Amino acid sequence: MFGLDRKDTVFMLIVVVIALSAPILLNPWPAASQMAQFNAGYPDLMQRFVVYGIFAIGFNILFGLTGYLSFGHAAFLGVGSYAAVWMFKLLSMNIIPAILLSMVVAGLFALVIGYVSLRRSGIYFSILTLAFAQMSFNMAYSVLTPLTNGETGLQLALDDPRILDAANTTNSLPVTNLFGAEMRSSVTWNVGGWSFDFSVGYYVCAVIMLIAFYTSVRIFRSPFGMMLRAVKSNQQRLNYTGINSRPYTLAAFVISGMYAGLAGGLLAAMDPLAGAERMQWTASGEVVLMTILGGAGTLIGPFLGAGFIKYCENIFSKINDQILHQWFALLPDWLENTLVTVLHPFIGKGWHLTLGLIFMLVVVFLPGGLVEGWNRITGLFRRKPKAKPSATTEPAE
Amino acid sequence: MGILEVNGVGKNFGGLKALSNVNLSVKENTVHAIIGPNGAGKSTLLNCLVGKLIPDTGTVTFAGQSVLGRKPHQINQMGISRVFQTPEIFTHLTVMENVLIPCFARRDGSFRMHAFETVANEHDIVEQAEAMLKDVKMLDKRHMLAANLSRGDKRRLEMAMCLVQEPKLLLLDEPTAGMARADTNNTIDLLKEIKASRPITMAIIEHDMHVVFSLAERITVMAQGTPLVEDTPDNIKGHPKVREAYLGEAQV
Repeated sequence: MFGLDRKDTVFMLIVVVIALSAPILLNPWPAASQMAQFNAGYPDLMQRFVVYGIFAIGFNILFGLTGYLSFGHAAFLGVGSYAAVWMFKLLSMNIIPAILLSMVVAGLFALVIGYVSLRRSGIYFSILTLAFAQMSFNMAYSVLTPLTNGETGLQLALDDPRILDAANTTNSLPVTNLFGAEMRSSVTWNVGGWSFDFSVGYYVCAVIMLIAFYTSVRIFRSPFGMMLRAVKSNQQRLNYTGINSRPYTLAAFVISGMYAGLAGGLLAAMDPLAGAERMQWTASGEVVLMTILGGAGTLIGPFLGAGFIKYCENIFSKINDQILHQWFALLPDWLENTLVTVLHPFIGKGWHLTLGLIFMLVVVFLPGGLVEGWNRITGLFRRKPKAKPSATTEPAE
Repeated sequence: MGILEVNGVGKNFGGLKALSNVNLSVKENTVHAIIGPNGAGKSTLLNCLVGKLIPDTGTVTFAGQSVLGRKPHQINQMGISRVFQTPEIFTHLTVMENVLIPCFARRDGSFRMHAFETVANEHDIVEQAEAMLKDVKMLDKRHMLAANLSRGDKRRLEMAMCLVQEPKLLLLDEPTAGMARADTNNTIDLLKEIKASRPITMAIIEHDMHVVFSLAERITVMAQGTPLVEDTPDNIKGHPKVREAYLGEAQV
């Protein structure tokens, strides 16, 4: 179906179902319960899952397939955001033109950076991309202030032209929409103790993510994707087989840059402002972490990695000492205090420490990322039925 | 006029003269062996033919066109395939994919943006690759990862990858290096089969005299970066200059 074989179709359908029912799946705890703070089913966070998922899926097309490790992908994300906000300021609050422009601009930007950077491979390529991204970041901060509004970041203003929209008569900033459906509007569904939010913004992001994911599956299964994997495996042989690897890597670079631009455009569509910090090297590093944590070169891995990191960032960072005291209230005081002291560096602002440790464990024990962990677990269950028939036949002999 | 013409090629590495005034003519549909002691410049010469190195002087023409200044992928597209001393294959890909890539390269040229096609739906290409794997008796291994193949199989796979492109000229850089006698004989049989089944020109660099004398129709002996003699195998065996330079006492 849709040009996918049976296995991929089933896989794609599972992803569709999970993405569409995420507002329910991510809210497993009743709103009033102690555990409600582990609920991730609120629109803001879900949008971030999906948007950074797109970013990581795109990064994986470059890094997972060709093995070229770019340390400057956040530049494309930032450029996409700026392009989208300019579209909101000048043209319309409809998100479609904004998202399209952010992809185009990021794609062109990637073409220029990729053309230069891909002349080198390995560490030199990584350094070149890092240099370009830092250059973009610093320029957005300083010289390009008329375009980027420097430190404050690019924001909407009441007197923006917005030539396609009707004149703004209210005295408040307009909101982003998709043909009238406002991004931040949502429907809340209360059942029993549970409360589920279905927001327009999330579903727009989710549908775009599904399209992006489907595209990436098609690329993985295409001759083009096979050539990209061949680049990673043995570039010399590829060249001696009559393939010019340069345009292939450049195409992969531009495609992944466009994914990043799309993610940046969506970030701006959900919250119409863009700051230079989105282009900083820490943001570039984050997408590398996401991809490796989830499993580079796998289809769903980068998305899992993105979700995992964004979950930690938003949930672990909210746990504070007071909450820990509540959890351990039943224990004797001295034990309670010791446990809280021991756990203190890992929570709240210390969530980076937790993430770092998890990342180390994954890289050391599961080089294939979370996907490898999943495969090992399912592998354990798959082996058992095989062992059983042989156990029953043996006594018969 | 041969299909491959090398005229007055010279190459220096710093002060070292790797090649000087090399003239070589490989006739179409023959097996031409290039032999010589270590450091004779055989590999350097081969690298000049495939675009890895650019000679300082001289010309290299293939089928009437100069190969100098062309990139390796362009030279391959002209019809020259190369088998390396240690098998160069796509180790992270399956055996089948290894053969599919040259099939695509032959049909689509050096670049095509086929991102929205599916490999499994390219029936012509898949059939072509399967037929090739059947020829080299590796069809049953097509889903294996190429990294897990034995050394002999890797060599066979590399040969299949080159042959599926139906090159006019196949360059073999020590195809039996490090092989046991039985494997060497298998390789000789495979090459003989290849030669018999299709019009193809082969240039072989080889150390193993057994291989050279069972395959070659012409032999060029190189020493110190320059060709010493070129003749038929029978004449080369008895040539005094060759015995002195290369075959030495071991042959007596």
